[in-house]
Amino acid sequence: MTVALWGKGVADEISKRIPGSVASSDDNNVVVSGDMLFAVAEFLKTSEFAMDYLANLTSVDYLDYFEIVYHLVSLKRNHRITLKTRVYDREKPAVASVVPLWRGADLQEREVYDLMGIAFEGHPNLKRIFLWNGYPGHPLRRDYL
Amino acid sequence: MEIENRPDVYSGRELDRAEGAEIERMRGAITQPLPEPSDWIDEEEIKKNILLTTVEKMVHWGRHYSTWPVNFGLACCAFEMISLAASRFDLSRFGMELLRASPRQADLMIVAGTVTWKMAPTVRRIYDQMADPKWVLAMGVCAISGGTFRESYSVVPGVNCIIPVDVYVPGCPPRPEALMYGLMKLHDKVTSEDVTHSLKIPLITTGKRAKI
Repeated sequence: MTVALWGKGVADEISKRIPGSVASSDDNNVVVSGDMLFAVAEFLKTSEFAMDYLANLTSVDYLDYFEIVYHLVSLKRNHRITLKTRVYDREKPAVASVVPLWRGADLQEREVYDLMGIAFEGHPNLKRIFLWNGYPGHPLRRDYL
Repeated sequence: MEIENRPDVYSGRELDRAEGAEIERMRGAITQPLPEPSDWIDEEEIKKNILLTTVEKMVHWGRHYSTWPVNFGLACCAFEMISLAASRFDLSRFGMELLRASPRQADLMIVAGTVTWKMAPTVRRIYDQMADPKWVLAMGVCAISGGTFRESYSVVPGVNCIIPVDVYVPGCPPRPEALMYGLMKLHDKVTSEDVTHSLKIPLITTGKRAKI
């Protein structure tokens, strides 16, 4: 069984290396600020955490903000952690793409872009995946009708 | 010739000897070529081996015992279709086990599952690529009317919005028995069709052309 890392402990390690990047943390999650997301993700992949596998990437609409959730797994060390980041802009939400780190993020970021309307900066092929060109709006937003 | 220390992996040496003996027997028996069938089948035998029937019956028989479905599944209903094709429910007893990968070789399209608008052009294209005569079976409530997802932003409310449907099999998903019943209904439909109508060739009857 993959071991879930203690969120606060991981947050401490991240803060030591990249000061000011952690917004909050609890037992299971680490929430980082949006502009430092890529640096944190790169640190988690290349450091002794060795998070070499992105199991899942999704997003949640809390109306006040969007939360983008990354489930990171280390196949090498057999542990996992949930990384989150928040975007407060509803008009043009954007966050850094993690495709350069985990190739598997490609389709999942396109799905989030299609259904939630969050742009991923640096994505190699950011276009709609489930819906078609010309579809109005992003249907998984809570204010979509 | 015997080969020493040959491992008996595939067959015993007795089998090899029996095979050799059979080949030698056939070689030894040949003296001249066998005569052509027309030289030895007499008139009585021909009478026993030729059946007379109508074109319509022949075409119906051929069509409904070899309705090949196109290998095409959209959602969870496809798994019931797959189990119908497998040994437990055994689609091959209807002569339908050849799920063709190419729509050009298929007669029947089983629309098994939810059709999304993103998929709709592809479904239509596969239907257009199939050669006449062709039939469509809508399997499950999603294909029939959109089902649970009828009000959804991305789902076609019934596959009959984009292609004409011959048989509807309700269920979520329908059991293989239900699909089998639908296929038998389709067989009834195929065998009750006017074949001269679907041949699309003008037929000459009693001096004037038949209506098409």
